[in-house]
Amino acid sequence: MYAYLIRRILATIPVMAVVAVFVFSLLFLSPGDPAAIIAGDLATADDIARIRERLGLNEPFLVQFGKWVFNLMRGDLGVSIFSNLPVSKLMLQRLEPTLMLTSTTLVIAICAAVPMGVIAAWKAGTFIDRGVMLFAVLGFSFPSFVLGYLLIYTFSIKLEVLPVQGYTSISKGFGPFLNNIILPSLTLGMVQAALVARMTRTSVLEVLAEDYIRTAHAKGLATHKVLIGHALKNAAVPIVTIIGVSFALLIGGAIITESVFAIPGLGRLTVDAILRRDYPIIQGVILVFSGAYVLVNLAVDIIYTFLDPRIRF
Amino acid sequence: MVQATQTMTRPDPGSGGAERVLEIENLKTHFFTRDGVVRAVDGVSYHVLKGETLGVVGESGCGKSVSALSVLRLIAKPGRIVQGSIKMSGRNLLDLSDREMRSIRGNDISMIFQEPMTSLNPVLTLGRQIAETIMLHQGLSKKDAWDKSVEMLKLVRIPEAERRVTEYPFQMSGGMRQRVMIAMALSCNPKVLLADEPTTALDVTIQAQILHLMLELKEKLGTAIVLITHDLGVVAETCQRIVVMYAGKKVEEATADELFERPLHPYTVGLMKSVPRLDRAAVEEQARLMEIPGMVPSLKNMPPGCAFAPRCVFATERCRIEEPGFEMKAGGHFAACFNSDKVAETYHG
Amino acid sequence: MTATTPAAVIDIIEPPKPIGQQIVEFCRRNTTVVFGSILLLSMVIIAIFAPFFAPGDPLALAPARRLRPPSETYWFGTDMFGRDVFTRTIYGTRISLIVGISVSFLSTLIGLVIGMLSGYVRMVDAIVMRIMDGLMAIPGILLAIAMMALTKASVENVVIAITIPEIPRVVRLVRGVVLQIREQPYIEAAQSIGTRFHRILIKHILPNIMAPLIVQATYICAAAVLIEAGLSFLGAGTPPNIPSWGNIMAEGRTFFQIAFWIILFPGLFLSVTVLAINLLGDGLRDALDPRLARRM
Repeated sequence: MYAYLIRRILATIPVMAVVAVFVFSLLFLSPGDPAAIIAGDLATADDIARIRERLGLNEPFLVQFGKWVFNLMRGDLGVSIFSNLPVSKLMLQRLEPTLMLTSTTLVIAICAAVPMGVIAAWKAGTFIDRGVMLFAVLGFSFPSFVLGYLLIYTFSIKLEVLPVQGYTSISKGFGPFLNNIILPSLTLGMVQAALVARMTRTSVLEVLAEDYIRTAHAKGLATHKVLIGHALKNAAVPIVTIIGVSFALLIGGAIITESVFAIPGLGRLTVDAILRRDYPIIQGVILVFSGAYVLVNLAVDIIYTFLDPRIRF
Repeated sequence: MVQATQTMTRPDPGSGGAERVLEIENLKTHFFTRDGVVRAVDGVSYHVLKGETLGVVGESGCGKSVSALSVLRLIAKPGRIVQGSIKMSGRNLLDLSDREMRSIRGNDISMIFQEPMTSLNPVLTLGRQIAETIMLHQGLSKKDAWDKSVEMLKLVRIPEAERRVTEYPFQMSGGMRQRVMIAMALSCNPKVLLADEPTTALDVTIQAQILHLMLELKEKLGTAIVLITHDLGVVAETCQRIVVMYAGKKVEEATADELFERPLHPYTVGLMKSVPRLDRAAVEEQARLMEIPGMVPSLKNMPPGCAFAPRCVFATERCRIEEPGFEMKAGGHFAACFNSDKVAETYHG
Repeated sequence: MTATTPAAVIDIIEPPKPIGQQIVEFCRRNTTVVFGSILLLSMVIIAIFAPFFAPGDPLALAPARRLRPPSETYWFGTDMFGRDVFTRTIYGTRISLIVGISVSFLSTLIGLVIGMLSGYVRMVDAIVMRIMDGLMAIPGILLAIAMMALTKASVENVVIAITIPEIPRVVRLVRGVVLQIREQPYIEAAQSIGTRFHRILIKHILPNIMAPLIVQATYICAAAVLIEAGLSFLGAGTPPNIPSWGNIMAEGRTFFQIAFWIILFPGLFLSVTVLAINLLGDGLRDALDPRLARRM
């Protein structure tokens, strides 16, 4: 088992290396002069030269890359072009809302989707199953920004039961926090819930056809015990896998959702950076989010060992 | 029930009227598929006596496994038990609620399956899987159920049971897994053990071990066994009585001795002749290994008359029109054939 | 409950039915494909004949009739510059479909080539798959954002920025199939009688990849339409002067409390289009290869 874990941990290194190289070299691979594009249409030659200097575009590629990686190792993600503040500091300020949004969403999505998928598989072919499948296909067809505005329109503007936009820190009380986070979480969680519900259904359905499920029934176990104790545990590996993989969608969705709900998180930071073409911030956000994605999937690999003894040994 | 069969009123062959622990009457289990109704089990009756070993024999698809699964009411859609009764201690299992039925499964009647490699849950320890049944039916604590699991593993002669009980199925061989299945099935002292091709998937050397183990435990625990198999050789060694099934129906029933001595149904004869034998010198008797010509008919559109007629060398015009009844041909020997006299003659002649 | 079906039900093989009847039967068994196709086809028709459906100019400003709610004249209302939202939405269909189809075509083609090479040449495989793993670790929309931040906004650049993050998915799929197939006895047989490498790829491997690839291409198309709209919505997509659904919605954001229709109608068109493509994909997957269900 330790060999497996060490192998998985070591495997994240090349992945992160590729991410770093890719993010860094984008500056050089992009057609045209990135400094000119970043500077914008109204920039003078001086502005462009200053940005080029700032991004270190005048030095040879490898030297720049070396410096950049060296700084990265010390937690230095560079300096924002627009505000002159360190990117890491800017990101840290915006971390909490994003962290709370994604984790709340993840919890809601999983808690809703897994039971839905299990029930759909158990009742395969019935209208309950069709209902869940319909939810699933609608779930990934409705983009979060459409869904978000629909929810705001319904619950905040028409029914006036929830605040329209904004974010309240959990440190200011759980009630206000929940009031603000519920609509964004539903919005963001829809795609994930759809994916997870679908994968759960497929996976459980496949497991239900296995001989050991028949054995479990033949023992006299009640249906819910067979479904949860025997079927779900066997079906869990693909479900956990899809949760890990769909974390990328969650991050992408968070950027849009924060923008719809005016949540001052990393997503907003990114959107502002886009408008100002503040590339160092975008770079920093990509690195951190990709790192989070890699860590989540490492966690998934570790969870496998609890789910399937065949991986453990 | 309506057709209170003859078997009920007649003395049981070779049993001196021992108690019937399980009684299946006129069972019909059909599968309603998109392309038509498959009559997998079509009016089958048999009973199991206390502590005996009953063989249910037939080719794959003859309905023998479906009849066993029907006993536990484990028939999945599109299948359904459409008629008949399955009685145990005076209660008709088909009338029980789901909850009552669950208290029978694994407790009064348990079952082991053909595929030991896939019949155990791969992600749960053996101990957990055995203890689960014990806790469910005997209300033991986790600790006691676990101890009982170890005991059961010892009973089926798994070495180092204390260690093995914490292991997972993938760490064991097929024969070992089938032993675990047996331990699990017998853990609540069932009255009847339904064994569906328990040795088919195993190596020949292991097959004999498993069979002997089952018989030995049967004696020890007083459990009756219904041994479902296509292998007449296995049945000959182990069973007191034999039921032969063909295309969803029972075609012959007799004590094992009687059946092998004097088979009365051409299908039974066919089965016997298709078993390779080493004891009788093949050259001497010029008995060649025979196969039964033709195929099992589609259970969706059964021909009128006897289902075996298209493959039968004895078939007459009558066989193709009229279905033979299941009748007693000799003391305790039943068959569904118009020409059973001829069959018996030919077999010996 | 457990599945138990009698094993020996022997069917008589029926003679093949006429083509017309086969098509009718296929449609009856795959209602989602039919439904998805009809929806998608109507979107394509709307896109091609946009000037016919919406005779006005999507860019025509009319400050006098700003923010009008939906009415008989302005079906979908007007925006803050008095532009007709219906006309703009109809024209937006073009951008979405062009981006969706281009991205799915390009990423499938590039992914196919890389995946086949990777699956067949061990040396390439190790390097390519490391790169693909790295690319997959970057959330697609972020990668696209980064690329758009460094280039000028244009439809071509949007297509490229969305295509690149989608390629690894195709590569993985193709490589998986190639690895699976090259172990098959018939490939070994073909190799042993000296069949050329490229002939094996084209004659034996390509046909086996087609089914899963078509399904994957459909899903990529849906994802691309969504990502394009998302990028435009965030201001990192098509240039603001082009009426794409994402752009229309982005412009409507500030006014959504008083003029909800600016966001609603392009949003619905977008959702229906994505739904149509997804339904088509699901239907094709079920029809072409049920085993794919697991991999998706």
